Amino acid sequence: MPPFPIESNQHTSRRRILAGLGALAAWPAAAQFRVEVSGVGARQIPVTIASFRDQDKAGVAVADIVRADLERSGLFLASAADTALDERSSVVLADWRARGADALLAGSVTRLSDGRFDVRYKLWDALKNEEVMGQSKVVPAADLRLAAHRVADEVHQRLTGEPGVNATRIAYVLRTGRRFTLHITDADGEGGQVAVASPEPIISPAWSPDGRRLAYVSFETQKAVVWVQDLSTGERRMVANFRGSNSAPAWSPDGRQLAVALSRDGLTQLFTMPVSGGTPQRVTSSNSIDTEPVYSPDGRRIYFVSDRGGGPQIYRVDAGGGAVERITFAGNYNISPALSPDGRTLAFITRQGTAFRLMTMDLDGGGAVALTDTSDDESPSFAPNGRLLVYATRVQRQDVLMTTTLDGRIKTRLLSSGADMREPAWGPYGR
Amino acid sequence: MSSRKWNVVAAVVMAVGLSACSSTKLTEPSAQAPIETRTPLATAPGSGGSAANAPAVTQSATPQSQVATVDLARTSPVAASAGAAAPGQRVVLFDYDSFAIKDEYTALVDGHAKALGSNRARRMVIEGHTDERGGREYNLALGQKRADAVVKAMELLGVPANQLEAVSFGKERPVATGQDESAWARNRRAELKDR
Repeated sequence: MPPFPIESNQHTSRRRILAGLGALAAWPAAAQFRVEVSGVGARQIPVTIASFRDQDKAGVAVADIVRADLERSGLFLASAADTALDERSSVVLADWRARGADALLAGSVTRLSDGRFDVRYKLWDALKNEEVMGQSKVVPAADLRLAAHRVADEVHQRLTGEPGVNATRIAYVLRTGRRFTLHITDADGEGGQVAVASPEPIISPAWSPDGRRLAYVSFETQKAVVWVQDLSTGERRMVANFRGSNSAPAWSPDGRQLAVALSRDGLTQLFTMPVSGGTPQRVTSSNSIDTEPVYSPDGRRIYFVSDRGGGPQIYRVDAGGGAVERITFAGNYNISPALSPDGRTLAFITRQGTAFRLMTMDLDGGGAVALTDTSDDESPSFAPNGRLLVYATRVQRQDVLMTTTLDGRIKTRLLSSGADMREPAWGPYGR
Repeated sequence: MSSRKWNVVAAVVMAVGLSACSSTKLTEPSAQAPIETRTPLATAPGSGGSAANAPAVTQSATPQSQVATVDLARTSPVAASAGAAAPGQRVVLFDYDSFAIKDEYTALVDGHAKALGSNRARRMVIEGHTDERGGREYNLALGQKRADAVVKAMELLGVPANQLEAVSFGKERPVATGQDESAWARNRRAELKDR
């Protein structure tokens, strides 16, 4: 789908049509502020965000992060203020309204005596002509970016009525040469940290519902084994290391069980087991491959991939096992199911000819819709507000992580790499 | 807003905010869950894999944004092909979408089955692989089918199951890069390795 042209306005210089990605192969340090959005929403809310007083002293450009976060949602036009403002300023909202702003945000970043920072702000609604929100967050220095993302989420929520996902995180795997690393970044693709570095492949990262742990498959022992790792401490435990391959971990919504694909009995089949380890309970029994389980949001059913019908298709079954119902019918190769948080939309990858393409399907009925025109899509994962998907694909010989709205109209590029970048998984709200 | 009201608002907001991002102090590990820290540990019940060596863990200062890095050294040497055997004698290639062992590999499978039969202490692992087309997890299962096919063939020749394990690398460990049939054909394989 070709990108929509952006209307010409005073913000044009800060936005680009997502066309020639090749020109942007090298990302400078300020990449997070260069928001690449293709497509436009019905109407974007113009918000003016003043630099937070003393943000330079704190070393984190809080206002810039907020502006980029809001723009990345595709729902806002964010501009800077031309005067110095903070949360204590008296503002004449009519002046800002006259300049085209629907809302104004100003704040400060103050270092406290214990070394932490107090991030304060006020949000004014220029149309209602009133102050609508005031907040203060006290955080350690290393959480200043997180505080900025939370500010963006609060503004997003206040002005649209919907939760933002700027304070969430994304996990993905990078292969450079013979090294595999599991990365955790903020939802803007920045602030990347390494959770696991290994000489052997890592695949299928999966976030715990509380956002504190990752399950993943590691080949460090020369076979596929499922591990669970606590992100902040690095403590990890082997959860499934049965005969053959152990893979495709998926958390139950209560965080207590993992659904996994095990080949211990021969063909790869689905099992559930306690996260703390223990005896797997078999969920499917077929003479075919059953893999890629994912729980429904109410925890009652498991969607999965099976080739019992010939090629791989998506099915669902009660989490305790039982009758299996087929979900995808079009084409002969449908894999990598992902469920929206409200359980109503299925995202998946379909093979059309030699192309692998991201699709969504309304589970209440209705056909599948392609969201992209790229041909190497993989690993769709929903943001916890259900409004966005992250996926990996290739554009002009680079691996990229992209987000898209569910209708495919607004896309952003999170990360781009000449290295092999894959398997993005969008984390939940919690940390 | 008066400054006192502002402070009350701020305190309430902070309380709400902080309760939403609650303390990241970790709960103690449950008694039944083996945790890998500094020494090689037993794995989950029912599993038979090797314990990993203690990885290096570094931690940064903050609770909520911090991610500790686990750096895995190579834990076990990649099982090398035995002695004088040429690489070609340990690789079974497969046709596209197929798990059938072609006639040209019968002798290879036979030979290894005999070697295992004559020495009950020997063990082998059969690693299945696919070409790079398609999804990772589905390909992991397809590779497993290839490895299983070789194991089954050897079991039919009398090798006891406990001397063999079938595992899969799916598309994760190609021997040939390139997106053409010649590379794909080389990657669709099972490798027979001594343990």
